[in-house]
Amino acid sequence: MSSEPILQVRNLHKAFGGLQALKDVSFDVHQGEIFGIIGPNGSGKTTLINCITGFIRMDSGKVSFRGKDISRQPPHKIAAMGVTRTFQIMRPYYTLPAYKNLIVPLFSSRARKAGGWRGGGRLGARDTVSIDILEEIGFERDSLVPYKLASTLPTGYLKRLEIARCLALRPEIILCDEVFSGLSMSEIASIIPLIERLQMDGITLIMIEHRLRELFRVTKRVMVLNFGEKLLEGIPEEVMADDEVKKAYLGSEEV
Amino acid sequence: MIEERRKERLDRGIKVRSEGIYAISSWEEMAYLLLPRLFLISGMLALPLVMPGLYWQRVISIVGIYSLLALGFDFLANFVGLVSLGGAFFIGTGGYIAAILNTSFGLPPVVTIPVATIVGAGTCTLLLYPCLPLRGVYFAIVTLMYPLVFARIIEALNILGGTDGIVGVASFPNRWIEQYCILITVIISLFGLRRLVNEDIGLVFRGVKDNDQAVKASALSINLYKSITVFIASALGCLGGAYLVHIYMWSGISQFALDFSIIPIAATVIGGGGTLVGPILGCFILVPISELLRAFGTLRIVFYSLILVAFIVFRSEGIVVYAQRRYHQFERWVRV
Amino acid sequence: MDILIYGIINSVSLALIAIGFTLVYGISRLPNFAHGALYVANGFIVWSLLNILQINYILSIILSLIITGIIGAAIYQFILIRVRGMATSEIIASYAIGLAILEGFRWGGFKGMTYTLPVFIEGSIEIAGIPVDFQRILAVLIGGLAIFLLWLFTHYNRIGLALRGMAQDERAAMMLGIDSDLMALIAMALGSILAGLAGVVLLPMGNIVVEAGYNVLILAIAVCIVGGLGSWVGAVLAAFMIGFAQIITVRYIASHFHMVVALLAIIITLILRPSGIFGRQKQLEERV
Repeated sequence: MSSEPILQVRNLHKAFGGLQALKDVSFDVHQGEIFGIIGPNGSGKTTLINCITGFIRMDSGKVSFRGKDISRQPPHKIAAMGVTRTFQIMRPYYTLPAYKNLIVPLFSSRARKAGGWRGGGRLGARDTVSIDILEEIGFERDSLVPYKLASTLPTGYLKRLEIARCLALRPEIILCDEVFSGLSMSEIASIIPLIERLQMDGITLIMIEHRLRELFRVTKRVMVLNFGEKLLEGIPEEVMADDEVKKAYLGSEEV
Repeated sequence: MIEERRKERLDRGIKVRSEGIYAISSWEEMAYLLLPRLFLISGMLALPLVMPGLYWQRVISIVGIYSLLALGFDFLANFVGLVSLGGAFFIGTGGYIAAILNTSFGLPPVVTIPVATIVGAGTCTLLLYPCLPLRGVYFAIVTLMYPLVFARIIEALNILGGTDGIVGVASFPNRWIEQYCILITVIISLFGLRRLVNEDIGLVFRGVKDNDQAVKASALSINLYKSITVFIASALGCLGGAYLVHIYMWSGISQFALDFSIIPIAATVIGGGGTLVGPILGCFILVPISELLRAFGTLRIVFYSLILVAFIVFRSEGIVVYAQRRYHQFERWVRV
Repeated sequence: MDILIYGIINSVSLALIAIGFTLVYGISRLPNFAHGALYVANGFIVWSLLNILQINYILSIILSLIITGIIGAAIYQFILIRVRGMATSEIIASYAIGLAILEGFRWGGFKGMTYTLPVFIEGSIEIAGIPVDFQRILAVLIGGLAIFLLWLFTHYNRIGLALRGMAQDERAAMMLGIDSDLMALIAMALGSILAGLAGVVLLPMGNIVVEAGYNVLILAIAVCIVGGLGSWVGAVLAAFMIGFAQIITVRYIASHFHMVVALLAIIITLILRPSGIFGRQKQLEERV
């Protein structure tokens, strides 16, 4: 593994009232890897993403990105550094065509700088960029899909739209909150190459998943959360073999 | 057997044809697009000429001021999702600044009005800034309280002329300038705002309204964009306030009065929220009626409160929304 | 010492004013901005019954409370029920109703110094060297009693328990067979009666004026916001905080600042802690 981790999480704590949602969670993510986080329902996976990206204020702990402390930053500043996220419950602008959905992230100064184009100068400049990005993530340019209203898109495309919003920001890290959930096998099969492409482009991915088999096809390293605590971290085979993980997560059932 | 039917609405062919760049392909389509706008502009510009007497010309100016306020309200409420019940706060701030600049420093209206607009909007935005993260009801309540607080503080501290207000503010050189300046401002603001909400930044505002999480995830600061919009809306209000002060040649705590908060809302509801033209039309209907009812004293407040309740309760879409639909679409009955 | 006594009187009055508002909001999530109007309306109804129909004072008070309750219920049944759930529409609609009622009274000639209600018992008493008239003591007693009875009602009565159930979780309550609209109607009627009661108790200390309606609304909102919308314990505590703050301000700064204290309390609370000291709503709900 490379020298310094791109994202470092140390002793993260978060409680909602009496409920300890995250307890002393620490892990490192390295540049260019796909890091998986798994755990049963209610184990604090989404809370972890929310804390890292600033959507929820953590009680204590430290998150650093490239050595810089981002634990007390507001979400938009964290996103502006390139630490982006998707939402488990997709949040597109349902009343807009798919490509108009990317106008908002393209409006940010990060997208403007990274894209090397002057936003707003030319009529429809953002529209063009947005269609390029959508093509990258699998919206066929010559089909009508990028121009359809988000409300009419199938789930698979909405998930891609979530990733596209991150891509519009030219991200360094994308935290994916259950990208595979709710998708059919064939849809997942078409998304996996996209994810591998993102990794090849040098983007670091942190994926929270329920669908272990699909996740293990792309990731080399996973962490297991249970009741807000880190159970262990390792390569998928190791994790699957661990008795405690089986007990906590899988029960007696095999995957 | 009973034949079941339902109403179907379809876009008119000309509406579809005139969307996008193809609009310039024929005179008919261009007329379809331009006529409503031309009608509106020319109608507004002609109004002062047809008004009988000085009194009604003055009413036109007042209508203009309310229109600016209503425009700001509609913009904030329906495009950014901030329901501000504090129109009076904007009017009062702009008004007092203009009055001070004029009476204490002797500046003419040409200077005081723009300065009051910018400085006033800055002040309002700064004061409202801590409240921007508040949602819905809470923002509405807090904005409702602001004008009251300022009125009470001025009263209690006896500053800025206390309950007497600031008198002796210069008036406009003549009534034609007075009316046309405000009408032209209204027209410019209307089309400017329409342009703004249809630009890319308009989508950001829309995101702030109903998809704030996604906006944050898009590396945009909600508070920044909210303050921009509050600045725009309060600039409109402060401009109106400064204008009002120069029309009445007086600035007092009555500018923080409820009229300025309630009429724009009623006008927006009646005219059709989310259209920007609607609130202006609403003002052109409501304010003259309220002037006619002036003889009945506070009955007019009762009157437009009741209209407001009726429109809200029956979820009326508003005049302009209805008119737009009739203009762009036709209806027919189809068998189910 | 006088601060303590007047503080208590003022605080209980505030609690009495606010309890109806917080009751309605707590149960049906309906900010009843017509609260102040109902307060004043009740005063005028008592006055009319007393002076025009020449009815006995106590009887006219009871009658007026019933009438105000019916008015409140009617406002809910015919108007507010249609906008429930749309927060802004609720505020605008109820505020407009209140405005219509108040300005209607003003237009109808109910203004000036002519309209006063007689105090219940004449005279005053000295407490620790400070003269306090009976009406104020009565106000404290009635206020305390009203709050206590309300507490009993909501804890030991079927309807009261249903109301509380709804306050906690409307959907769950509906699943258990509680008619949410009926409960909201009852809450609104009760809230209106409490507004009216506050009017009957407090108005004899001054004139019945339309402006009181606006002030009462502001005070009620202030108490409820500071205490946390919908929280009864919070409302009572906040009433004491604001009540004493007002008296201290009036005593040491100037009496003009009476209302400014309440208004500033609203703004500061909303900025610092929108859920109030005892608010039960989650932070996320009200803040973006």
